[in-house]
Amino acid sequence: MINILSSILILAGVFFYLAGSIGLLRLPDLYSRLHALTKADNLGLGLLIAGVALQSQDLLIMLKLLLVWLSVLAASATSAHLIARQARRQETGS
Amino acid sequence: MNSAGLIVFDALLLLSIVGLAWASLATTDVRRSIILFMALGLVLAVAWGRLLAPDVALAEAAIGAGLSGALLLAAAHGQPSPLPPESTNAPRNHGAAGMGMVLRWAITLLCAALAGTLVWALLHAFSNPQHDMLPRAISANLAASGVSNPVTAVLLNFRAYDTLLELAVLLTAVLGTFALGQATPGYRPAGLVFDGLVRWLVPVLILTAGYLLWAGAHAPGGAFQAGATLAAAGVVLRLAGRTRIGLPVGFMLRMIMAAGVGVFLLVGLTLLLLGRPFLGYPPAWAGSLILMIETAAMFSIAATLLLAFLGGQPESTDVNAVANRQREEDPRC
Repeated sequence: MINILSSILILAGVFFYLAGSIGLLRLPDLYSRLHALTKADNLGLGLLIAGVALQSQDLLIMLKLLLVWLSVLAASATSAHLIARQARRQETGS
Repeated sequence: MNSAGLIVFDALLLLSIVGLAWASLATTDVRRSIILFMALGLVLAVAWGRLLAPDVALAEAAIGAGLSGALLLAAAHGQPSPLPPESTNAPRNHGAAGMGMVLRWAITLLCAALAGTLVWALLHAFSNPQHDMLPRAISANLAASGVSNPVTAVLLNFRAYDTLLELAVLLTAVLGTFALGQATPGYRPAGLVFDGLVRWLVPVLILTAGYLLWAGAHAPGGAFQAGATLAAAGVVLRLAGRTRIGLPVGFMLRMIMAAGVGVFLLVGLTLLLLGRPFLGYPPAWAGSLILMIETAAMFSIAATLLLAFLGGQPESTDVNAVANRQREEDPRC
């Protein structure tokens, strides 16, 4: 049961990664590429981590995995913001 | 674990290592090349993890991918952008291109020779019926080393000479950085979002460094990984435009730069005076001595990496000037 559930979560995570990567390659401009990359990959990583956490069956490891996800969320949201702001600054020339 | 799946994974890993390395070398855009190099470092860290070498994986991720990338990007940032080809006169350009070609081939040949030697040494070692002699000697003597992590036992006890000399190399490098004079002024102060990240990320990085240092005795970790993490905290502070990035100034900075080699030598010489071999720790004291050396080494490594990122001596050695500037920038002080 747990194996099936964690497989579904991991596969869903992989799907979002795939979608994010396709978005990164196919979308027309920097902002939408950034959007695809950070939104989809953050969700993908969350699902992936939920799936892996189910496999571990150990509360301490689950907490560590949760911490990994939260750190990546904060880091990727911040870097996306920084990249977008820099691009906007260059566009408006200020 | 499904072994066929693992073989596919390993093959993909190998392909991406070679592909990323090639892409990083083939591009003419310096910044693109650096970012590909950082990606290569991350994939290499995964490869080390697959080889069951988590210590090396940690070091590769922290130093190879993270800090080297930051160093290279900072160096590229300081470089003037190359002139477009049409603005330089043709013959000189040809000469430079020819030189570059010769250099590139020479480096390729040297790398190929090195790789060939490594493969030969590996095959030679494995064809030796006693190829597991060293691992067995390490496990047999692990109890007397003072730590239970075999990697730390080798680095800080059995082959402590090597680590001492590595720290001496780092000290030489940081002296070179010091010779460059004052570092360029830092970046502009970060906005709200980045500043919010810095406020909790830096304490977490410092805590992680302390954990890695302590864990090195019994699990993957140690002075190099901890020092790199501590340096990363300083790099984040500098990128966020802080004037204080955790480096002391003047005499204290010099002490921290020399601490790793100094404490190492002091321990070795004290043991010599007590009639033991150089760096031959008494087993009862080995654990404490290793922790002492690793703590000093962590601070030296962190200071060295951070000074390399600065690219010179910290801006102001005048504490009052720094405090004044901070007061002007931050009205809450």
